[in-house]
Amino acid sequence: MPNLLSHSSSHQLLRLLGGAIVIAILGFLVLPAFVVTLAAFNGKAILSFPPESWSWRWFVKAIAYPDFQLGFRNGLIVTAWASSIALIAGAAFALALERYEFAFKHVLEAVLLAPLVVPHFTVGLGFLILAAQIGVARGYAVIVACHVVLVLPFVMRSVYVSLRNLDPRLELAAASLGAPPHRVLLTVTLPLLAPGLVGGWLFAAILSFNEFTASLFVTSQRTQTLPVALYNYVREYADPSMAAISVIYIMVTAALLIFANSFLGLAKVLNVEHSR
Amino acid sequence: MNIPAERPERDEIAVRLDGVTKHFGKTTALDEVSLHIRRGELMTLLGPSGCGKTTLLNLVAGFLVPDRGAIAIDGLEVNDIPTYRREIGIMFQSYALFPHMSVAANVGYGLRMRGIAKAEIARRVAEALALIKLEGLGDRKPRQLSGGQQQRVALARALVIRPKVLLLDEPFSALDRNLRAAMQVEIKEIQKKLGVTTIFVTHDQGEALSLSDRIAVIAEGRIRQLGAPDEIYRQPADRFVASFVGDVNVLRARLAYVDGATATVALGSVKVLVPARTLQGAAAGAAVDLFVRPEALRVAEQGATVAAQGVVATQIYQGGHVDLYVDVPEALSGRVLLRLPGHDGTSRWPAGTRIGITLAADQAIAFAPAAGGTQIGIGAPTPAASAR
Repeated sequence: MPNLLSHSSSHQLLRLLGGAIVIAILGFLVLPAFVVTLAAFNGKAILSFPPESWSWRWFVKAIAYPDFQLGFRNGLIVTAWASSIALIAGAAFALALERYEFAFKHVLEAVLLAPLVVPHFTVGLGFLILAAQIGVARGYAVIVACHVVLVLPFVMRSVYVSLRNLDPRLELAAASLGAPPHRVLLTVTLPLLAPGLVGGWLFAAILSFNEFTASLFVTSQRTQTLPVALYNYVREYADPSMAAISVIYIMVTAALLIFANSFLGLAKVLNVEHSR
Repeated sequence: MNIPAERPERDEIAVRLDGVTKHFGKTTALDEVSLHIRRGELMTLLGPSGCGKTTLLNLVAGFLVPDRGAIAIDGLEVNDIPTYRREIGIMFQSYALFPHMSVAANVGYGLRMRGIAKAEIARRVAEALALIKLEGLGDRKPRQLSGGQQQRVALARALVIRPKVLLLDEPFSALDRNLRAAMQVEIKEIQKKLGVTTIFVTHDQGEALSLSDRIAVIAEGRIRQLGAPDEIYRQPADRFVASFVGDVNVLRARLAYVDGATATVALGSVKVLVPARTLQGAAAGAAVDLFVRPEALRVAEQGATVAAQGVVATQIYQGGHVDLYVDVPEALSGRVLLRLPGHDGTSRWPAGTRIGITLAADQAIAFAPAAGGTQIGIGAPTPAASAR
């Protein structure tokens, strides 16, 4: 009996400790966002924590700041193009890798996944040198190309996993029922791949919109994206506008995820749940 | 005026395979297979896994293209016709229902692909759901249905397009035993009612015997025997068919003499009449293997002549009958199985009893001994294998 008691009390201790650790980890994860959010409402013109007085004015200033407006617009243009191109290319590559056997298949796979290994600044520098070499100005095309390379592996992974979970017999059954290949694609393959496609696109869009390191190399004053604009700002000023922009960033990303969740279910989008 | 001669193959043969060969790399999946399937018939392709039966089904479906030979459906060669224009219905083991569509949308899919008017589709889908007794479940998603219901939906989806051939790929493997029996009866009834030509692939000899009009036993890419279930069971063409289809006992015996189409085989002090065709070239006095079904063996009455003596090893009570496993030295595996009707077997011959065994007349078949080593499936069944 005493043995059993001591066992159960040590068990309880472990549970408490475990709970505390989980809360500590979660706290640690949200701490930066929490600190920045509070700092954004600082009444004074310094980045400090905790703030001594409260104000909205940094949000107003940040939104009105021309460089941030330009960066936001550039970021949207680059993200829209880069994530959409990456989605089409990534889906095509994933389909080829999953469905067909061909020479150098593993080489192609390795090359496509290489950006995960190569540092972003290397990719950025590479594109900068290339663009200079072939005489292309640092316009949107170079930034979009650079972002496509960086986000492609994520789109590919996402679509590839969805494809692996797609029973090929569904397509065979559709064919047996009289569906020619393009109708099989439209009525069976694409609807069942939709979560993977949307998930891949969402990943690509968020990564592209937040990308800084490579963008620093390939953007100019005219084409700088929002993270680059923020960097340029923080080199000269240290007021809470930065923090305000960060809060807007978090809100926009969260809104995007909530939208995706209500549209498809986040579990499906992130390929956590495999429904058959 | 000359009336053209009757063309039976056009009218009676629904699916025709002539000299069909298929290789996968260096393996030969199908080797010069010819098979003519009659209109309205339920033809079973039976064989162990990897024998080529699924390859044959995939060739008829158009999922694969033959290396050599011709496949014709309704007299029309389909070698170059893609699956979606072959007018076939297929039901997979996994059912392959479209998970993002309702039951009604699944069943109506083939009709939509044919551009049929909405009202007509609704009418035919309702008709199909009534046929499989799932009226009122049209709005459900497949995952909300039980395994048996999903299978019926898959069947309705395949049948609603009125296919020229219905292909069933191991359809009962995923079902539990009770449901399996019920589904077999239901599918057989629907198949007969609609008169749809059906090719049924299975590795389960029990299913094959109970459902088929004819069975093609396939091994190593070739058809070993083609015939009605009773013919396959009673007059197997070779050792493989005899041991793959149904339980069988193999006993060492001697050929006494051959007289026309009948041969006489001696086992103990019993003479057994067997067909002579399976013993071509064997001389009188030669050793032969006698294949006897469990229900053709009897326990000998006291003082009667016996074919062999043995000791009861195990009894398995099966409800309607009793399976008696008897250790017999003459058996190739050292043990035979007797299937005795009634339920008194357990008390009359408890384990350890010494009994004489005799044979019911004319129900055995003999083959020359296997050349070296054992073959697949040869020998007395084990209790585990036959306890269905």
